Parts: sequence; C-alpha cells; structure tokens
Amino acid sequence: MSGHTDMVLVDENGMRIDGRTAEQHRPIKIEAGVLDNADGSAYVEIGKNKVLAAVYGPRECHPRHLQDPTKAIVQCKYNMETYSVSDRKRPGPDRRSIEISKIISEALEKVVLTELYPRASIDVYIEILQANAGTRCAGLTAASVALADAGIPMRDIVPAIAAGKADGHVLLDLNKEEDNYGQADVPIAIIPSTDEIVLLQMDGNMTREEFDHAIEMAVGACHEVYDLQRDALKRRYSANREEVSE
Amino acid sequence: MSVEMMSEIKRDHMMNLLEQGKRVDGRTPTDLRKISVETGLIESADGSAKVKIGKTVVMAGVKIIPGTPFPDTPNIGVLTTGAELIPMAHPTFESGPPGEDAIELARVVDRGIRESGMVDVEALCIVPGEEVWMCFVDIYAINHDGNLFDAANLAAVCALKNATIPGEQYGKGENKPLPITCTPISITECKLGNHLIVDPNFDEEQISSARLTVTTDDNGNFRAMQKGGRGSITLEELSQCLDRAVEKGIEIRKIIG
Amino acid sequence: MEKRNARQTREIVVPGDVLDETGMKPGDNAYVVDGKVRASITGVRNVFQNTVGVIPLKGCYMPKAGDTVIGVINDIGPSNWMVDINAPYPAPLHVSEVPWKVEFGDTSKYLGMGNVVILKILSVDESRKIQVTMKDSGLRRITGGRIVTIPCSKVSRVIGKSGSMISMLKNMTDCRITVGQNGRIWIDGDEENCDVAAEAIAMIENKAQSGNLTDAVKEFIEGRIPQEEGYKEDE
Repeated sequence: MSGHTDMVLVDENGMRIDGRTAEQHRPIKIEAGVLDNADGSAYVEIGKNKVLAAVYGPRECHPRHLQDPTKAIVQCKYNMETYSVSDRKRPGPDRRSIEISKIISEALEKVVLTELYPRASIDVYIEILQANAGTRCAGLTAASVALADAGIPMRDIVPAIAAGKADGHVLLDLNKEEDNYGQADVPIAIIPSTDEIVLLQMDGNMTREEFDHAIEMAVGACHEVYDLQRDALKRRYSANREEVSE
Repeated sequence: MSVEMMSEIKRDHMMNLLEQGKRVDGRTPTDLRKISVETGLIESADGSAKVKIGKTVVMAGVKIIPGTPFPDTPNIGVLTTGAELIPMAHPTFESGPPGEDAIELARVVDRGIRESGMVDVEALCIVPGEEVWMCFVDIYAINHDGNLFDAANLAAVCALKNATIPGEQYGKGENKPLPITCTPISITECKLGNHLIVDPNFDEEQISSARLTVTTDDNGNFRAMQKGGRGSITLEELSQCLDRAVEKGIEIRKIIG
Repeated sequence: MEKRNARQTREIVVPGDVLDETGMKPGDNAYVVDGKVRASITGVRNVFQNTVGVIPLKGCYMPKAGDTVIGVINDIGPSNWMVDINAPYPAPLHVSEVPWKVEFGDTSKYLGMGNVVILKILSVDESRKIQVTMKDSGLRRITGGRIVTIPCSKVSRVIGKSGSMISMLKNMTDCRITVGQNGRIWIDGDEENCDVAAEAIAMIENKAQSGNLTDAVKEFIEGRIPQEEGYKEDE
C-alpha cells in the first residue's frame, strides 16, 4: 500500500496492467481432492497465486487443553513456502502468517457444524506455493473446498476475494503491483447463501463511496468464485462415477 | 499427536508376503514405484521441481541471491539445503520448527549434492572476497507415503538442474543456468526382518529395523551414505545396497533425463 | 435388488446447495433457512417421501451404541486399554468389559500394543465419551488374515441389502469376512482368495454409487475364482 511508482496501474481506457477491467478477477482454477493422505484437499490458482489446502479430521484434539466439550475447534495453519515470494522468505511462522491463520480459522468455524464433534479438532493446512497478492483469499477459498471434500458437515462453502484501490480506481482482485503501489486493499469472504461476511480486513485509504463500491464488487465476485468451488467438487465426485460406469 | 499404531495383523501380513518375495503393493523387493518429475512449475522460484514416487509427493524450490562469502572460502558460492515435514503431508507430522527427522533428511540430501560437486560453487563467485551467489534449496514433503529421502533428493536435484541464476534481477549480469556438473541420485533400502527392500512405502518403513541411503554420482562412485533406524545391517547387506544403488541410480537417471 | 426410486437421480450436492424450495422437510445432512432446504455435506441428494437429505460420500466414523467395530490397541493402562477405532475419539476398553478376569496392572498380559480386537460400542455420551465391550458373542481378539479399510459411508454397500453383498463375497471367495461399522474389514482365508475378496471390496468402494453393483462384483469374482456350479444368490 505504501510503495510509490511511476507505473501507470490503470490507463486512460480503464485497463489494468494485466489487461483486466476494474471489475474482472484474474483467471481462477480450482481442483478438489489432490492429496492422498489428507481427508480432504484442494489446489487453487488465482492469477499467479498457487495454493494447496489439506484437511485432517475431525480427529482427537491435541494438546488436550484446547478441547472444547461442546464443539470441535477449527485450527488453521497458513504457511508460505520459502520460494513463494521474490525475496526468499525465512521458513516458519511470522506475525503475519499467525494472524492470517487466526482469521481464516474463525471464518471457517462459522460455517462448519462444529457442535457435531465435541472435543475434536478439525485441522486445516494452507501452503502457499507461489504468492502474487491475495494469498489469504486463495487460501481460504481452497480451505473451504478441502473441508467439503473431507465430508465435513458445514452450512455452506466459503469463497473469498479482495477488492481495493489503485491509481484512484476501485478494482477487484488486486495483483501484486496494484497491491504494492495502490491505495487500499479489502479482502473479504462470505457465506454465499446469506451474503454474511465471515472475513473482512482493510488497509489503506478509501472514502465511504469507494468502500461501498469495493464491497459490492467483492461480494459479486465471491459468488463467481463460489460457482467455481462447487464445480470443482462436483467434477471430483462425478469423475469418480464415470470411471466406474465404464 | 497420537502415533499411528500399526496393527499386528497388518505387520504379520506384510512379513508373510515378504517371505514369498512379495510386497503388499504388488512389487518385488527390488522394484521402485512409479516416478514422475515436473520442473519449473513455480515461477517465483529460480528453479523448482515436484517429484512423485508412488503416492509420496515432494516439492523443492531454489532461491539464488547475492550475498557475502564465508571468510574462509572468499571465492566460493554458498549452498544451503533445508527440509520441512509439513503437517499437510501426514497425520503424524506436526507444525513447528523442523525436528530431528526433517534435519536429518535435509542434511543427507545436502551431503549428496555437496560431496558430488553437483553445483560448481566456484562459478558462483561474483566479486572475489566480497560477493557470491547464495543458493538455497528448500524441500517440502507434500504427501508422505515413505521414502522421503529419495523423493527429497530427486526433487532437490531436479530443482537445481532447472535453476537459473537471476543476474538481471540484481543487476549482476545476464541470467544464466546454474552450473551443474553431475546428477547425484540416492537409493534407500529398508530392512524388514532379514529382508532388504528398495524404495519403502510408509507401512514398510514403520516396521523396518534399519534403513540405508546410498548416493551415487554419474560414474557410479559413492558420494554420501546414511544408515538410520535402531537396527543393524550386515556387511553382506551393505554390499547388496551398494550394488543396488548403482543399478537403480542408472534406472532413475534415465527417467529424469 | 436396488432401491431404484431412491437412487435413480444420483445428483451430487455440496454444502449450501438448495435441495428443495417447495416445502419438503429436511432429512439427514440438510437444514432449512427461509423455506429452502439446503445440503450440509458433500454427497448424493436423497428423497424419501416428503423429506430430502444427503447421503454422504465421505466423512469420519462416528460411533453409535450397538455398532460392531474393529479396533487396534494403542495404549495400555493398569485397568484399561485404549483402542483406536478409526473415530475422532479414543475408545477405552475397561478390564470389566473383557471376557477374562484381569488383575489390576496385568492388562498387558491379555492384550498388547497393536493387537486387533472386535468390539461392540456400549454407549456414547453427549461429549462423545465412548464405552466399548468385548463381552458378547463374536467379540474377540483376531489374528492372521488382513484388514482393509474403506470409508465408513461405504460400509452399507459392502454389507448390501439385508447382508446380500457380504454373504455373496463370503460364499464366492470362501473367506471369513468381518465388517466393522467403522470401515475396517477383516478378511481371513486362502491367500489368493483373500486377494480377490480385498479387490472386490475395493471395487464396491469405488463403485458404491453405481447400479448393478452386485452383478459387477459377481462377474469380477467369477473371473478370478472359478465357481463350482455358478453362484446363486439366496433369495
């Protein structure tokens, strides 16, 4: 947000450096059930972001003092691989990844029917293989597909995407340059059946009008992401079926 | 985390099959599982590879950045190998800093690469005594079904072979391929009862008493070894592992080209 | 053989999908908000009379009182054993629930780590604390043979309608087979026949959603083990 560049991020025709209009998200690819050991898994690409998510559980909760006798806890760990960013990232969690893990856990806990599994833990692991702005949204998008793939009871699947502002324009799904040199970033995640917000952050500088516009765009785009999430899951299980009818 | 308990029935079944020279997945004791390698899939890395050996999946990425050489080797580049056994890969893996298994894994892979002289570290010097290229290889286990040693070695080797020195990014001349001299390949065998098996899967590793990893170079010379596990191996078994490492090393070099 | 009306439209649904908005009642794995019945798990949409629900495709085993399960001893205490029953919760087996008289501290003389037992779930309380027993007919320690594990959502297909599939498997392969509700299946018998039984079970697991499963499995086994006069299903 704080960087400065002479680069024109949005040209006079409203086109962005990667050829998108303000309302377009980057190309999205979602695949469900990509890992063998995990109970559920998903791979997501949003533009140049490449993200894997795996779910284990519900399983015995360790350490025991974290157990809740009334419901399961959702424990998410977001981790960036060292080579996922342009400067090598030091391995291990930092303050940023701990915060992201927390807000993603909380967003997922809202939709998972945790009361069905008292004392248990549902563990969600997100690995960022390649980062290009928007990894928390890609990670959460992947994680909720992985949960559904694991057969975990949940109210809905959670899609996430960011909106923001660069060169004074409100834009959907900022890429790395727009994120670095733009003026605001608003990642959000929703429950599509009700449009309730389960994750929301904001940094930068926006007017009320700009913010409202950003939210409207992001919520709309979340529904597009949601369709792709459902497609991925249905593809996975229909594929199973075709394989058998041959 | 509760350790997965191997049932007595599964153990007996595996041992009974081995007595007949068979394994649960249909292999003979000397068969490798299917190997596949994909390189260059991570654009943010200077080199990358994803290796599958059966259901085991390992990724490795290389980052090359300018840095200060060690005072005792002022004209030689720096090569560092790290490994993480992330909890995504297996229900028994926990998050947190690398434990002894991850460190041993990284060090065994590192030895094979370093001792074989795979990377020409002298060619990584930018300004003698002042600046050299530092090459970081980071390995991640993505799905663990045994033999992480060979999968990690292969992923690291393929990622290095795929790597480019990013001269332009740092204003240090043109981009050029990382100078590679050979292809070190490791072959791991496990001992179950009195049987040696190559390329163990997870269940086989669970009931093995000893493990031996042998890394060879293109000429079939030995460049690194590591015996693991609380059991022992006989001199005859060692000899068998050495022969196999050469033979299977040739097989794998053909696969990765 | 198949419940054709229930299985005709095998529509895959995912959590949040609308199952009905015409006033049907929510069945298993479904909930209602604003008059819409929605799915709460990934599975197959299932209509029964006036209710609509979801048959799960995956998911962990949740113990229920009365279930027969196959467990592995994974810890030993002075007056109980901890048994892994493939559920999110451990199952303690108390010395009073085994068919032997065990002195305090003598537990490991009777059952050791990794031993495999067939147990029955006695009770499951609100916080999912489990009690199991080994004191009933058929409950015992088992050795030999092999164990295959399938998702517990597929157990009912392996058993088949009133046990038709499992008795066919047993008869055609001449193996002893015990199916635990927790997805663990013990197969014992001639080794090659066990291979066939295990492959047949894998086939049921992979094709659990397709029709004519019984015929396909029958054909598969016949191709591998010649049957004396062709297997006839008992009606």
